[in-house]
Amino acid sequence: MKREPVLIVNQLNAKLQIGDKIYPVVEDLSFELIKGQTLAIVGESGCGKTMTALSLMRLLSNPLSLPPTGEVLYKGNNLLTIPEKEMRKIRGGKIAMIFQDPSSALNPVYRIGDQLMESVALHRRLFGDEAVACVIEALKEVHISSPEERLYDYPHQLSGGMKQRIMIAMALIGEPDILIADEPTTALDVTIQLQVLGLIKQLQLKKQMAVLLITHDMGVVAEMADEVIVMYASNKVESGEVNQIFDHMAHPYTMGLFNSRPNDSSSKGNLKAIKGSVPSIMNYPEGCRFHPRCPFVMESCKKGYIPNFEIKNSSHLAKCLLYDGSFVSLEKLKEHNLI
Amino acid sequence: MSVLLEIKDLHVNFPIYAGIFKRKVADLKACNGVSLNLKKGEVLGIVGESGCGKSTLGRAAIRLIDPTYGTVKFLGNDLMSLKKKELMQFRQEAQIVFQDPFSSLNPRKSIRDAIGESLLYHGIVKNLDEQRDHVAEILTQVGLSPDIMNRYPHQFSGGQQQRICIARAIALNPKLIVCDEVVSALDVSVQAQILNLLHDLKERLGLSYLFISHDLSIVRHISDRVVVLYLGKVMETATTKEIFGNPKHPYTQALLSSTPKSNPREVKNRIFLKGQIPSPINPPSGCPFRTRCPYAKAICAEIPPDKTIFDPATGKEDHHYHCIL
Repeated sequence: MKREPVLIVNQLNAKLQIGDKIYPVVEDLSFELIKGQTLAIVGESGCGKTMTALSLMRLLSNPLSLPPTGEVLYKGNNLLTIPEKEMRKIRGGKIAMIFQDPSSALNPVYRIGDQLMESVALHRRLFGDEAVACVIEALKEVHISSPEERLYDYPHQLSGGMKQRIMIAMALIGEPDILIADEPTTALDVTIQLQVLGLIKQLQLKKQMAVLLITHDMGVVAEMADEVIVMYASNKVESGEVNQIFDHMAHPYTMGLFNSRPNDSSSKGNLKAIKGSVPSIMNYPEGCRFHPRCPFVMESCKKGYIPNFEIKNSSHLAKCLLYDGSFVSLEKLKEHNLI
Repeated sequence: MSVLLEIKDLHVNFPIYAGIFKRKVADLKACNGVSLNLKKGEVLGIVGESGCGKSTLGRAAIRLIDPTYGTVKFLGNDLMSLKKKELMQFRQEAQIVFQDPFSSLNPRKSIRDAIGESLLYHGIVKNLDEQRDHVAEILTQVGLSPDIMNRYPHQFSGGQQQRICIARAIALNPKLIVCDEVVSALDVSVQAQILNLLHDLKERLGLSYLFISHDLSIVRHISDRVVVLYLGKVMETATTKEIFGNPKHPYTQALLSSTPKSNPREVKNRIFLKGQIPSPINPPSGCPFRTRCPYAKAICAEIPPDKTIFDPATGKEDHHYHCIL
């Protein structure tokens, strides 16, 4: 398949201002969203996943956050610099977003139909009966049974899975090129999670959308993604195609994330946990930000800038000194049976 | 192994009132005839989707909720017949850890008070000096430094807070701990730490857990036996190996097939369930799962599947399921 990028992100930086101090929440992040494909951003809470999505959409409030810098190219325009009026046309229309908790994303005092109709009026310029027809069509597309009746329901009358479908329907109304899904299934049960992920995948195939999927669950990544970015403490630490990453996890954080989930071979009381916890944004460690928790830590990790290294081929990158080819790191890799 | 906790035909109904006179109009049947045994030193996993009665079962097991019908026996004694003094004793022996550590710790109480209050109340320590020493010892057991004793809950991360909740639960040397979704609010890397800690404590202190979770891979990791619940009814009970290797009930099969793959190359045979859990106010007659079951027949609506079928394939006694199949 031809790689047809719909969104190109170059050196995206986002910063928060707390008091007089400025803290980075996303640093030098670059990626491309490809038509019809899914890019997953994985990481634990507080590593900058959601901040990435919000800064793409220019949804971060100013002051608290400083305006993001870098380039987000959509159809030749840099979304970070176009006027707010232009941005409003794109946001929620051509680039749509669904959030983690559908019950707090829907307004509890309006009926489902009215909330969907708002989106239709804004992005499709349809009113009256035409708008109703459009909403019903969208609800049918997300497999909601008897959509005509659901229009008059309030959000609290629906289950979590149905609310998330409504959110997806709302996102689809503007016929988006890009769908940003921020932990879309974290609040749902496994059986419902499978339904919702299946739905996103099916709609993506039908409409050839690019999906940016934010999640902390490696299982969801294995299920959905074509390409993966692993984030830790505001940085991209590893990126590559999904099979490359699962076949050969390079960064110790990715390995830790994967190994801390119980699997068939893990024995009781012996899960390979990552020690410690995610550092606070206020005191990131120097050098590699993962080094205080890393089982492979070397002297050289503790200071200075850590570049990206190629693993096997140029599409698989890891920000880790283990792959700098030096004698010390080769010894480390051998010690842990990684080469 | 002797039986620590025995639950027989447990029903818990929550009344629903309506109208200006607040007349009772219906019952929400959270637990609808649950029976299970927990042996000493065992970890019994309880799985099911939200709204299936997992938490209600956990609470009824330590008498935080009184059952509408049925018995809960702890070491052979019916919990409902316990006198005040015996109940005090029981409170020492059974503890619970909840899902969200932050909301289960009092924000205005220091860690020392949170853990040490029950020690004084139950007369395990005589004075504040003894309390301090005892709390320090418990904190070391859960992998925290005793120096943090005088801090407050908001000063800790989620994982540390959950350690504090576990410390509070083991303070009275209990025999049984109900773990109600203890790791689902935590990050994956921290989940693994807490699971290791729970296993470690169980081995060291000879605890038994009633481990409630919706996450199948975690239940598989920590449990010896598993109970699958659906709409307040037990669907299947078996050893962990049996449940995951040889699931019999269609609901268990569907639940297992819904877990995400562990590798993108893995091919999974999926059973897609239609719709969602029916309301527990008005559950379907017969087998509660029949409305979503891919193998449902007319007979499923009529004959309540209260027959426990012995599993002939393996010859083991420890695999029971409720289904016409």
